[in-house]
Amino acid sequence: MSGPSSGCGFLMSVVVHGDLALNEQEKDLNQRLRRLYPAVNEEETPLPRSWSPKDKFSYIGLSQNNLRVHYKGHGKTPKDAASVRATHPIPAACGVYYFEVKIISKGRDGYVKYMGIGLSAQGVNMNRLPGWDKHSYGYHGDDGHSFCSSGTGQPYGPTFTTGDVIGCCVNLINNTCFYTKNGHSLGIAFTDLPPNLYPTVGLQTPGEVVDANFGQHPFVFDIEDYMREWRTKIQAQIDRFPIGEREGEWQAMIQKMVASYLVHHSYCATAEVFAKSTDQAVHEELASIKNRQKIQKLVLSGRMGEAIETTQQLYPSLLELNPDLLFMLKVRQFIEMVNGTDSEVRCLGGRSPKSQDSYPGSPRLFNSPVHKANVITDHLHFLLSPGFDSNYCNGVSSSKGHTLAHSHKSCPRTMPSPELGVLNGSRGQQTNVGAEVEMEVDHFSNGVFLCSKRQLCGGSQAAIERMIQFGRELQSMSEHLRRERGKNSANKKMLKDAFSLLAYSDPWISPVGYQLDSIRREPVCSTLNSAILETHNLPKQPPLALAVGQAAQCLSLMARTGSGSCAFASVDDYLH
Amino acid sequence: MMACLLEAPLRISVLSEVTATSRHYVDRLFDPDPQNVLQGVIDMKNAVIGNNKQKANLIVLGAVPRLLYLLQQSSSSLELRTECAVVLGSLAMGTENNIKSLVDCHIIPALLQGLLCSDLIFIEACLRCLRTVFISPVTPVQLLYTDPTVIPHLMSLLSRSRHTKEYITQIFAHCCKTPEHQTVLFNHSAIQNIAPLLISPSDKVRMQALKCFSVLAYENTQVSMTLVNVLVDGEQLSQVFVRMMQRDKPIEMQLTAAKCLTYMCRAGAIRTDDNCIILKTLPCLVRMCSKERLLEERVEGAETLAYLMEPDVELQRIASFTDHLVSMLADYFKYPSSVSAITDIKRLDHDLKHAHELRQAAFKLYASLGSNDEDIRKKITETENMMDRIVSGLSESSIKVRLAAVRCLHSLSRSVQQLRTSFHDHAVWKPLMKLLQNAPDEVLVMASSTLCNLLLEFSPSKEPILDSGVIELLCSLTQSDSPALRVNGIWALMNMAFQADQKVKVEIVRALGTEQLFRLLSDPDTNVLMKTLGLLRNLLSTRPHIDQIMSSHGKQIMQAVTLILEGEHSIEVKEQTLCILANIADGNTAKELIMTNDDMLQKIKYYMGHSNVKLQLAATFCISNLIWNEEDDSP
Repeated sequence: MSGPSSGCGFLMSVVVHGDLALNEQEKDLNQRLRRLYPAVNEEETPLPRSWSPKDKFSYIGLSQNNLRVHYKGHGKTPKDAASVRATHPIPAACGVYYFEVKIISKGRDGYVKYMGIGLSAQGVNMNRLPGWDKHSYGYHGDDGHSFCSSGTGQPYGPTFTTGDVIGCCVNLINNTCFYTKNGHSLGIAFTDLPPNLYPTVGLQTPGEVVDANFGQHPFVFDIEDYMREWRTKIQAQIDRFPIGEREGEWQAMIQKMVASYLVHHSYCATAEVFAKSTDQAVHEELASIKNRQKIQKLVLSGRMGEAIETTQQLYPSLLELNPDLLFMLKVRQFIEMVNGTDSEVRCLGGRSPKSQDSYPGSPRLFNSPVHKANVITDHLHFLLSPGFDSNYCNGVSSSKGHTLAHSHKSCPRTMPSPELGVLNGSRGQQTNVGAEVEMEVDHFSNGVFLCSKRQLCGGSQAAIERMIQFGRELQSMSEHLRRERGKNSANKKMLKDAFSLLAYSDPWISPVGYQLDSIRREPVCSTLNSAILETHNLPKQPPLALAVGQAAQCLSLMARTGSGSCAFASVDDYLH
Repeated sequence: MMACLLEAPLRISVLSEVTATSRHYVDRLFDPDPQNVLQGVIDMKNAVIGNNKQKANLIVLGAVPRLLYLLQQSSSSLELRTECAVVLGSLAMGTENNIKSLVDCHIIPALLQGLLCSDLIFIEACLRCLRTVFISPVTPVQLLYTDPTVIPHLMSLLSRSRHTKEYITQIFAHCCKTPEHQTVLFNHSAIQNIAPLLISPSDKVRMQALKCFSVLAYENTQVSMTLVNVLVDGEQLSQVFVRMMQRDKPIEMQLTAAKCLTYMCRAGAIRTDDNCIILKTLPCLVRMCSKERLLEERVEGAETLAYLMEPDVELQRIASFTDHLVSMLADYFKYPSSVSAITDIKRLDHDLKHAHELRQAAFKLYASLGSNDEDIRKKITETENMMDRIVSGLSESSIKVRLAAVRCLHSLSRSVQQLRTSFHDHAVWKPLMKLLQNAPDEVLVMASSTLCNLLLEFSPSKEPILDSGVIELLCSLTQSDSPALRVNGIWALMNMAFQADQKVKVEIVRALGTEQLFRLLSDPDTNVLMKTLGLLRNLLSTRPHIDQIMSSHGKQIMQAVTLILEGEHSIEVKEQTLCILANIADGNTAKELIMTNDDMLQKIKYYMGHSNVKLQLAATFCISNLIWNEEDDSP
């Protein structure tokens, strides 16, 4: 929209086009790393992607995106040795980590070809070859020896030279390391490795050049096959985990967990049968379970108004004591109104709530060809004008390009805020042609194709008006809550997101349309369910869910404390 | 023993009771009411499951012929016939004695006959029983091939159901033991029929199909060549095998797939530098040798690997640095381990049973690894206690271990350096000589071949071997029926005579006897002839020796030389003969034997004008020696 921002976009595209190949390689790299190390959380522990220009001795030169290393020292004595580390240490959550180094040139003739490939901890002297010092490990090309934190090597493998590809694999489960030469495993070189080692290479001969492959290219050695073996080992270990003498107890415990899970989610009949067949007591009265089941059914079918009413009837003080919960339910009700599933708008749409298939994806039967974009925009305008946060249309909350592009087109006059312009510009430009195309499609479809689409509030004008009115009530409830209980950013965001739906002619395909998905009813349902259970002094989370959550937490704790086996034990693998 | 005695009285009473009930089961098979018979068979089925005693009782009481009769009667209901097959299958699951009794009752033809029935359930029951009988080591596999219609019929039944697939492939996998069996199966389209089963959803079917291919391809070029062109669901068979070697697959599957590819490679159907061999099969087999694997798997892994790389030095080099293979094999000699002996009798028993197998497999693999590359041989001999292990292996009671040990020694004896050092230090000639005294031919061939190398001029073991009276032994080898032994015997003598003392040469001639020498000169095996000529040449070196030997055997030698030069022989043989003649010409008195022999001079002249340069050179060398002597003698 504004000059500078489009300029910025232009610049970006130049960069992208200027190094398309690099971009491709980057994509390859990311894909390969994700596939090799799915358990690694890169926000916590980034993977090595290149050599570090900061963590190297001065005799080392880097090029080709810091993947190529060349030696530029004198190379006369061991004092001229020089090393470089990768940008990051190897995360334990890799389970098995692997990188390869290709010898591009063994260096000038007349020198002994000192060259070491290996691992070192942060802070190890870089004026040395890997392996010579404490917490440093290397495999040297001149004699094929391995150096384990020592100046004297042990016979290990063959020598290596120009054209050879040397791989280094760290097993973070048993803390060992082996090397490969041209795709052949040379066997264990080091054991009892410390955590947080960095890939490292060291050179000492003028003219030596090596290239690293941290996943930029396919590896010569079949590391994935090695990983398969360890995944199988870890999974077999889990499967065979001894439960010892307590086998009977074990079974009873599992049955208890399943029963409590069923009760928690009010699978009334199933819970009853299960409890009976496993000879257990249920710690909640059947009537109570049925009540919760009823409320949950209403929430899950999108009939929020009824759900709120029923809750108030059955648990009179619950929502009163929990205004935030009530607010959340009402926001959901608003969304369901937009969806056309809430009972209030259904009545107005002339449909019996009971006979209506509530699944949002199902076709609507009543199609009045109204709702042009401008009608909606008008409503939006109307709704938003009094005291509404001017940030709204910036899409700060949703932060998706789509929102910006759309709001910028559909409500230019309603949002004259200067901030909006800036934001629209800087982000709006990189948003994509996709948004534009969508808009154009909308132009064509207005009043023509819309007939076949889902319609706002089920398509009835009265319902739309009811929805608008409800929105205003919600707005004032929000203001009231703020006055009473202070700011609540979660509530604010919730409301904003819900109202954003009105900014689109077809909210379902809009970037905030995910809210309309029936799957979004589930968290609402479980929050309400937990609140009810809490008032009965029952756990707000079923033990089964707690156990699953704990297992997941354990795995991330293992990753942090350096237990590599977490890489091959995803909780999800056991849930399906 | 004690426990048995204590329990004995109780056992007897139980036994008589059991026999009584068993008798009752058998009696019911003869009931006139077919419905009662059926119920009787069903009850019998339930009674024998997992009860070996009951099975033995029923067999003793003659249930088998009756069951077979009922099974074969077309008047029996299908249900009854099926139940009979099930009970027989259950009886076969017992001890080896049970199987013997069943086979003696001609169960195999009866069941094979049953396969002609159209009912699948009945066929499956018959196949299941046949499978159990055929996989037993006591069943002669030939019984599968006596009726030529059986194999094609089994092929046609193969795809009927998951069970027919599993049982039939399992039968094939166990009953294909000779090249003839391979050919029969191959000619009945075994490959085309079994290949699709490699991608069956059933693990068992896949595994059995894979085993079929390994036994079919073993040392069989025709099968191997066909296999490379087979596609399974659009994918090359070799790639299917590669996938079966993935490390998360069951070990048995990995190992068997590696065998298939090994056999295909050795048959020349896959190149040794193909990625599926070099990057997949070889590393897979090395993994099978690791300590983590079961002892049986380690034996098979090492043997297969030895076989794979035997003819290819590049594979030997790669294997030699893969996963510390050379030192990993040293572990094969540590069974039974001292720990197992103390802690666990069962384990000790297991270890003992496999100890010989492990040792011979390791020796075989070392032999294969070291057969070409000097650096690898050095690495092997430097492995902990290697030479000691070979030395003790040479005198082990197990013939298999002795043979493998001597093969290993033979492979290492190709190294000049090792002959000079470790071989001498460990006096390997001693056990080797002992081995040569009294051993089967296959050991003898390897041992004598090794001895040839130990008798090379630069080998420090040569002297002590000479002193140990080896000449008689070698001379007796030259009289063997086996050409390989004759070659090795004469070869060793040839090496021994090279630059030897007069005394040794005389001794050789004496021990061998001119008669035997000339018999060897007309040996049908060219190798024997060549080495004999080589021996003559070595004997006839340095002037005094030449004159001495020619003075005593000149006539016969000249006769033999004439005979060979006139005969139909290869260029190499004639060249060697002319060289002998040249040596004779080098003697002072011996040269006269040529100079006075006009015919011989004519022959030399003829060969000087021969179109072959080698023969020209040899003949010229002859003349030159004749002339040289004359000049030397002239005052």
